[in-house]
Amino acid sequence: MPAEKQQEQRDKRPQDTEDVQPDQEVVEQGDEIKEDLDQLLDEIDEILEEDSEEFVENYIQRGGE
Amino acid sequence: MNRRIYGLENEYGIICTSDRRGGKALSIQNAVMYLFREIISGRMYPDVFLENGARFYQDIGCHPEYATPECDNVSDLVSHDKAGERIIDRLSVAAERKMQADGFLGRISVFKNNTDTPGNTYGCHENYLMDRRVSFRQLASQLIPFFVTRQVFAGAGKVKSTNRGGYAISQRAQHIREEISIATTTARGIINTRDEPHADREKYRRLHVIVGDSNMSEFATYLKIGTTAIVLRMIEDNFIKQRLALRDSVRAIQQISEDVTCTRKIELENGKRLSGVEMQWEYLECAKQYFEQAESDPITDQIMARWEYVLTCLETDPMQLDRELDWVIKKKLIETYVKSRQLKWNSAKVMMLDLQYHNIRPKFGLYYKLEKEGRVERIVSDDEIENAMHHPPETTRAKFRGRFVKLANERKILCGVNWSYIQLYEPYQKLFLSTDPLQAEYEEASRMIYSI
Repeated sequence: MPAEKQQEQRDKRPQDTEDVQPDQEVVEQGDEIKEDLDQLLDEIDEILEEDSEEFVENYIQRGGE
Repeated sequence: MNRRIYGLENEYGIICTSDRRGGKALSIQNAVMYLFREIISGRMYPDVFLENGARFYQDIGCHPEYATPECDNVSDLVSHDKAGERIIDRLSVAAERKMQADGFLGRISVFKNNTDTPGNTYGCHENYLMDRRVSFRQLASQLIPFFVTRQVFAGAGKVKSTNRGGYAISQRAQHIREEISIATTTARGIINTRDEPHADREKYRRLHVIVGDSNMSEFATYLKIGTTAIVLRMIEDNFIKQRLALRDSVRAIQQISEDVTCTRKIELENGKRLSGVEMQWEYLECAKQYFEQAESDPITDQIMARWEYVLTCLETDPMQLDRELDWVIKKKLIETYVKSRQLKWNSAKVMMLDLQYHNIRPKFGLYYKLEKEGRVERIVSDDEIENAMHHPPETTRAKFRGRFVKLANERKILCGVNWSYIQLYEPYQKLFLSTDPLQAEYEEASRMIYSI
């Protein structure tokens, strides 16, 4: 789900849904949140840079309690 | 019981990889040995009590395990659970340095989750001190439906590699085989019968819960322990009258885990069909009635409000809870990443993301990336967690233990420490027993110990 939509949903939570004109401030906030999210996804790229396949295959524990 | 002891034990997953591409990894056993080396010098078996009253040891299956000190409120418990993560993270950083000095360049990754790649499981155990007078049959029958269904908010989530887009709410549900069982490593039960109260057995029993997932989210831990405590109080006071017994609890726990919409109905013994969320509403409504006459406190009030908030959101769209619940936070993050990078759901990268959510090192852990950006709800502050790394809770016997351990370490006093006793070997043999974990001060023992 795109970040803007998430923001919209979150804003709606406390009160009932009404038809309103897009608020410029909210739109800008939405853009910022999307940029933040893009940055987060880039950071995840970095974490995953190493060989995921080998790492996941080797992640074997003995059963615990 | 109005005032109760809570404790959380977490078994961590651990792997040590070489920094050199294709380099040989270090065995788990060796990695764990390095991990413990920092705090136990000269002792044979890695099992130690810390100055914050917690126990840190190597458990079955070579897992580092951290057991929080006795806490008497849920907020303290969250701080101490998080303190455990940070202590282990710092130890793993120190261990890497030592490994490097020994010529091995590698990284230790520690995961607070409950399953590995081939499907072995390791646990997160909750402990609650209870009134001994409650009949076990009643306790089990009223708790089982609660434990089967609380995963809708307490589950840590798991990517299923078997099918496209598959995702389960709980990591642990698929490993539960019985309703009631003494076993913790084979036929694991929804109710575990281990009953070592480390206290006056006549007065207290210990409820040892092994059915739950390890949580990264402070909110999820808070709600999981808090709601369970409320249900226990109602059981102790014989308040629950609803008949919520399920036709097949083991099957139900798996069915609920498999349904991320949280709408699937499960069958009760009396023929009714309710969803997991509806079952939770039954418990919540009962608790509301209970607190019309029973004494509450600010933390309990807050737990009640959050319980209601969470159930209301789960009813309309569980995905709204992407700041609160581990299974939702992780699902949304993975889905967003998969979509933007056009990955296949069953690719190794997706499995890796699932794992990395639980990595306790802030630099690599996805949960901690979100926390840093303010994308998850917090319950306690970083200062409170830092404090819990070094100081025991003020209001339980852990306070006494913690102070004693600190003193013993500083002065190199020969002693033995356990949950319910402290033993001095020098200058002469002396044993102090504590049968009441709710008591923080022990005058006689304090006088003796601090006169050394």
